[in-house]
Amino acid sequence: MDSNIILLLPEALVAGLAFLVLTLDLFLPNARKNILPWLSFWGLLGVLAFVLYFHWSVDQSVYEGLAQIDSYSLIFKVFALAFGMLVMVMSSDYVRRNLEHPGEYYGILLFAILASMLMVSASELLTAYIAIELLSFSMYVLVAYDRYNPKSNEAGVKYILLGAFSSAILLYGISQIYGNLGTTHYTDIHSVLSSSTYMEPGVFLGIVLVIAGLGFKIAAVPFHMWAPDVYEGAPLPITAYLSIGSKVVAFALVFRIFTEAFLPAIEEWQLLLIILSVLTMLVGNFVALVQSNLKRLLAYASIGQSGYLIMGLVALGGADSEMGFVHSSLVLNGVLLHLFAYSLASAAVFLCVSSIYNITKRDDVGSMAGIARRSPLVGIVLTASFFSLTGLPIFIGFTSKFYLFSAVASQGFLWLSGLAIFASLISLYYYLMVIKQLYMVAPVDESRIAVPRSASVSLIVLLVVMTVLGVYPSIVMDVIQRASQSLLS
Amino acid sequence: MEFLDSHILFMIVVLPLLGAMTLIVVPSVRVKLIKQIVLALSSVVMLCCLYVFVFYFAESDGFRFSNSWNWLELPGSWAMGELGISLSFGVDGMAVMMILLTGIVMFTGAIISCNISTWNKDFFILYLLLLSGVFGVFATLDLFFFFFFYELSVVPMYLLIGVWGSSSKFKTFSRTKEYGAMKLTLYLVAGSVLIWIGLIAIFVEADLGTFDIQALSQADYSSDFQRIFFPVLVVGFGILAGMWPFHTWSPDGHVAAPTSVSMVHAGVLMKLGAFGIIRVAMYILPEGAEFWMPVVVVLGTVNVLYGAISAMGQHDLKYVIGYSSVSHMGYVLMGIATLHPLGITGAVLQMFSHGVMTALLFAAVGTIYASTHTRDINTLNGLAKRMSKASKFFVLAGLASLGLPGLSGFVAELLVFLGLFHTYPILGALGIVGATITAVYILRLIGRVFFGPIKDPLRIESDASPSEILSSGILALGILVVGVFPFPFIKIINSSTEEILSKFI
Repeated sequence: MDSNIILLLPEALVAGLAFLVLTLDLFLPNARKNILPWLSFWGLLGVLAFVLYFHWSVDQSVYEGLAQIDSYSLIFKVFALAFGMLVMVMSSDYVRRNLEHPGEYYGILLFAILASMLMVSASELLTAYIAIELLSFSMYVLVAYDRYNPKSNEAGVKYILLGAFSSAILLYGISQIYGNLGTTHYTDIHSVLSSSTYMEPGVFLGIVLVIAGLGFKIAAVPFHMWAPDVYEGAPLPITAYLSIGSKVVAFALVFRIFTEAFLPAIEEWQLLLIILSVLTMLVGNFVALVQSNLKRLLAYASIGQSGYLIMGLVALGGADSEMGFVHSSLVLNGVLLHLFAYSLASAAVFLCVSSIYNITKRDDVGSMAGIARRSPLVGIVLTASFFSLTGLPIFIGFTSKFYLFSAVASQGFLWLSGLAIFASLISLYYYLMVIKQLYMVAPVDESRIAVPRSASVSLIVLLVVMTVLGVYPSIVMDVIQRASQSLLS
Repeated sequence: MEFLDSHILFMIVVLPLLGAMTLIVVPSVRVKLIKQIVLALSSVVMLCCLYVFVFYFAESDGFRFSNSWNWLELPGSWAMGELGISLSFGVDGMAVMMILLTGIVMFTGAIISCNISTWNKDFFILYLLLLSGVFGVFATLDLFFFFFFYELSVVPMYLLIGVWGSSSKFKTFSRTKEYGAMKLTLYLVAGSVLIWIGLIAIFVEADLGTFDIQALSQADYSSDFQRIFFPVLVVGFGILAGMWPFHTWSPDGHVAAPTSVSMVHAGVLMKLGAFGIIRVAMYILPEGAEFWMPVVVVLGTVNVLYGAISAMGQHDLKYVIGYSSVSHMGYVLMGIATLHPLGITGAVLQMFSHGVMTALLFAAVGTIYASTHTRDINTLNGLAKRMSKASKFFVLAGLASLGLPGLSGFVAELLVFLGLFHTYPILGALGIVGATITAVYILRLIGRVFFGPIKDPLRIESDASPSEILSSGILALGILVVGVFPFPFIKIINSSTEEILSKFI
């Protein structure tokens, strides 16, 4: 047990990197501050290599069960680091052109990545809470970072007020659970819940409050009101981080809590999550139809995507007449694959949008007119990513949706899968409206859009990964299978 | 030989895909090289299709050229283990005919698309993706891949029509190409939503843990389940097959599309719907088919009559062909719905015949439009003298479409009617009425546009070019061969009809 602290070394390295960036910022002249994102990029790559090499087959808990370092946390740590690197690439150009004080920006972003890594390994409610708060506080600052832009300020205020409110709800839920069960460890909650047939109203209240608090973090309807405004006001790389980075790790945390702690009481909370998932799917996709600002459109689209994932939570397991209680690794696999597919495609979308924004300074849907002519690469990648998000082949989004929806249906929720398929059809319409702008509307200004080399390379890599995994997903399925086994066992 | 036999279908499906990927790295200014790559590739694929046809004819027996690769395992406790999804191929007689049709239309369409003037590279990438999807649907034996390829063939249509298509402008009526593209895409994807739900339902109900079509067709489904989900699948596939009342995307989409895409879409893509009804809905859910087929046959009759009557009222040459496609797909639906060997064989032969014939019609209209810049029946006149080559092809295809003996349409429709008189004689009679209406509008059209007296001066730039003559010639040959010598085709189709109908006794 005493040597376990070494398992937190990757987190410590990221924290060290953050302090290094903050310190260097003091000494660097303004003109040379653009090395900071690249320093962070290579630093994160180093940590990524470290995690992959040393933590590949680790399955241990840290500090007597405060955090769990296993395959499940491994894949999400890899995700947090890799996505962090991508945001650094996206930011390097964006911050140089649009923002001041790059040093703190990158330092705080690194803290957000650190928080993401903690969130996915937390196996105790208070650790989870602290990790969430670290992430949220970093985001409060970064959302309002464009401080001469009133929208960014408004977004910051709105986010911090609603964020603090939801954290309070979450904390109250945690204290209810602790007060009734006397523990905050996931595994202990699991054993208490499975040993008793009767559930205390206080515990139920606690679970409901935890769902509400976490629902805010993953922008589930009806706790989604903050998302469109904050997405619209925040600097683009931060919007990307909110919509992909923090959302994916929040889902990772949610799935760990629900499988490791709350699963035995599934019959109590299932109905609540069914309602949440139906609302999220439908509201997100329908409201996206009428958006004219691209960031708001993406915000509602990403809310819609959360609905599919919450559906996975609903179908996690169930009572079986023959075998007692069964949980479905098929569903968890589907969720993990879909999270991966969603983040790949969305990351490509945000990278494209921010490349365009850097030149045009516009983020409405009309600003996409004729982009395919002004930058063919951006046109192709955006179209491919939209098709992937809708769930059309040959991209990974098709495979992940098919897998997830089949898995959910095989748990007896065919109607819910049908609804999700219908919601995908709606999403096709608003994506096609953007694609129409890209290819069929003449541009206002014919000049080419110069995409920086680093961004082009990232776009090509994302496109290739999206396509290759769409055609042959078995490459990642083994890792995903291992992760869901480590969570379910 | 053995290696070739077991990989030929894989090649047919993957070659266009590889071609599309190759084109991505070719610089877009090298237009000539791009066209050469596409033409070489399509001829190779067409030869592969001919190979499949010839060697299937030599030994027509169940599913041949089969092969299978594990693709994705599905963990869980299933009846058949963690088999999951496999990339499996195999063709029966019906699929062989469709693959032959697709090969021919792909090659002729590729020749014609060389006339496209903008963004050739992007056009051909999408064109090849589309065809890879079409081949995949016909060749695969796995339900997941069936749907994968089905969607793949629907997706590129939006851009193909929206970017390279043409809008219609008449005094009384105008439709933009964006409208046609969006309507088509939303209709077809709405159809695939239903198909998707149906497929997942079948997977869950069978509870085998596999998407293999043959395994799924052996499973037991309660008759309630079959009766609920058969119509879901039929409507889903029926949208693509142009089934009334879900056909309205089809004339609008075909008119807006560029020539070669119209050829592929009306010629081949609409057949995916009919093929899906036979391969998935009927094959897996026979009891549901028996229950619902009377409804389908009525809808098919409405298709025939409604399409033919609508075609009579059109002024745009392409809209006439568009509505006549709706009408002809009605015969396919009627033939399938008879559940009688003659009817189904006729339906599949009609799918082939209509594919070749419509492709030829669209190719001829493309030539006429490129030369006169109009498709208005009231403006065009006396073309037989002024554009004799294009006119000959159009008239030939027109006569095949009204069912002139000696051409492909006659054989196919005759078989469908024979099947109908065994099962639904009254509707069969109505079908013949439809054929008569077809004769009326086709002959009137031919008379007015091609043979009437030369009236006002119509600016005509050129007749069909040698490459257009080559592609139209291949299609015309198809019409004649099936019309004069239909027995090999009927023999091939029959072998699969028996297999399908064996589930209905």
